[in-house]
Amino acid sequence: MPVLENRPAKDTEEELLGRFKDASQAEGAKDVSELDQEEIKRLKQTGIDLEAAKRIGTFIQTNCNVASCHCELKGVEMLPVTEALKKYDGLKDYWWKILDPQKDAFTREAERNLDNGYFIRSHAGEKVVYPLQTCLYIRNDNVAQKVHNIVVAEEGSELHIITGCTTHPHLTSGLHIGVSEFYVKKGAKLVFTMVHNWAEDVYVRPRTAIVVEEGGTFLSNYISLKGVKSVQTFPTCTLKGRNAIARFNSVIVAPEGSDIDTGSRIILEAPETRAEIISRTISYGGRVIARGHLVGKAKDIKAHLECQGLMLTERGIIHAIPELEAHVADVDMSHEAAVGRIAKEEIEYLMARGLDEEEATSTIVRGFLNVKIDGLPKELDEELQKAVEECRKGM
Amino acid sequence: MLHIEDLWVDVQGKEVLKGINMDIGKGETHCLFGKNGSGKTTLLMTIMGFEGYHVKHGKITFKGEDITFMPLNERAKLGLGLSFQRPPTLRGVKLRDMLNLCSASPGAGVELALQYGFANFLDREVNHGFSGGEIKKSELLQLMAQNPDLTLLDEPESGVDIENLNVIGDMIRKLLEKDKHRNRTKSGLIITHTGFILNYVTADKGHVMLNGKLCCQGNPIDIFEGIQKHGYEECAKCQF
Repeated sequence: MPVLENRPAKDTEEELLGRFKDASQAEGAKDVSELDQEEIKRLKQTGIDLEAAKRIGTFIQTNCNVASCHCELKGVEMLPVTEALKKYDGLKDYWWKILDPQKDAFTREAERNLDNGYFIRSHAGEKVVYPLQTCLYIRNDNVAQKVHNIVVAEEGSELHIITGCTTHPHLTSGLHIGVSEFYVKKGAKLVFTMVHNWAEDVYVRPRTAIVVEEGGTFLSNYISLKGVKSVQTFPTCTLKGRNAIARFNSVIVAPEGSDIDTGSRIILEAPETRAEIISRTISYGGRVIARGHLVGKAKDIKAHLECQGLMLTERGIIHAIPELEAHVADVDMSHEAAVGRIAKEEIEYLMARGLDEEEATSTIVRGFLNVKIDGLPKELDEELQKAVEECRKGM
Repeated sequence: MLHIEDLWVDVQGKEVLKGINMDIGKGETHCLFGKNGSGKTTLLMTIMGFEGYHVKHGKITFKGEDITFMPLNERAKLGLGLSFQRPPTLRGVKLRDMLNLCSASPGAGVELALQYGFANFLDREVNHGFSGGEIKKSELLQLMAQNPDLTLLDEPESGVDIENLNVIGDMIRKLLEKDKHRNRTKSGLIITHTGFILNYVTADKGHVMLNGKLCCQGNPIDIFEGIQKHGYEECAKCQF
């Protein structure tokens, strides 16, 4: 196994970009009808269900082509982002407003050489019961897919999005650059569940920023249970208005050869805001860096961070980096982190009930991954459990 | 049912059990008394087969099979069951799943939970935030689902309030087939400090453990009264 460096080397960014061809050079499917059964199954394992009745809208982008973009609900708008840019005069209030295109080589590339992405907006007061699904799908080998997504939950609206990011079942190599800017307006709620289901030689560079206004709620669930060459992501959420809430949950499994550098930062800028970051990571040979950074800048805020890691083999690395940063005195900030192997006493407890060691271990791992997320709508929770179960089967 | 012969056990390099001999017949319930640290729990853990309890000498036979070095889960399958004094919390594993995993017949555990008013706990994580009494109930439910032939109980009454002692006592009586007066097949070995459990479960024999040795054996009620009056040391002087 290659020696894992402690930090992804910065100087490889440009080199990485040069290694892959533009998505426009490999035509993707222009319609979902072009996808075969194997591909449909793959999407399903990523949380994307093409026959699902309980989805109000679907967006699918394969390479650079939009294969599907429809939404049944009038109160919710869904467009390929390139169309939205034309329709709304360059999306002046949202386009590169909370992310800097000069941030790094990947954001520069996304700005210069965009393929597409989605624009989703829920109108004021519109409360969506069923989720929308979006899928970013790399269909051909060695392609770099660059997307830029904008999501706006207008005042008092509620929106749930399931995003599945995946590659063709027989593909091994690719690069995904995903820029996302999320705007949660006053009293709105956005639940964003992302399932990553990549291949062994795929590089993934999401760049995400979120702003939450007064009384707004942003809930993020991130699941990555399959092998991937390298993921590097660090979404930053700013709680701008009083009583805003943000919660990030992630469940990450790193098989041998995977290098996953992930985490999130929540900046609590307004008084009485609340934030929580919870991550569960498992390594069976791969490396996971589980970051969490809570920044308390206003009084009467409450923030908690929890990192739990399970090492299933002697190899692999779990590196938990929980950070708390307080700028004022009246804050309530805490963290707990624990990394280790499965406790022997838990295995023996189950063995004393007649399970063999393997059954006992898998029961405990299943439990560890079974993150129950408060406040998640039932439909979405079922999807999450399904995704965990699907992915676990392949472990 | 259980036959222990000159059993010597080390824990972390320290000699804890020093030549234990014990016989528990089919349908019999035995009680084990003794001070903290005398080796009672070590005896139970060794019978069950936990790692870290090294048998240096001697033999344990269960249902005619030598189980001295048999793996833990195989002993459970053979019909040994243990109620933990302080079981670990299993995060993410629901009690419902746990009961299904231990159930000798499908659905038996969940059915029992409903019967004993434990329905609200079925979807909670095993032992997470459970009170002392709730842990004991959960342990006993798991054992009842497992349906062992020899039940090892480590202080089943500790941390249980008076009201719940009744229920715990009732569950143990069920486990040990105390309602059967003939052809009873279930046996038990119970560690008790307070002796409270004797008010709920009749035992056939009592043993006193002192410094890793069994030093007295007899009627459990008599022994317990002796301990109450004179203490463990005095009790130990009365050799059977």
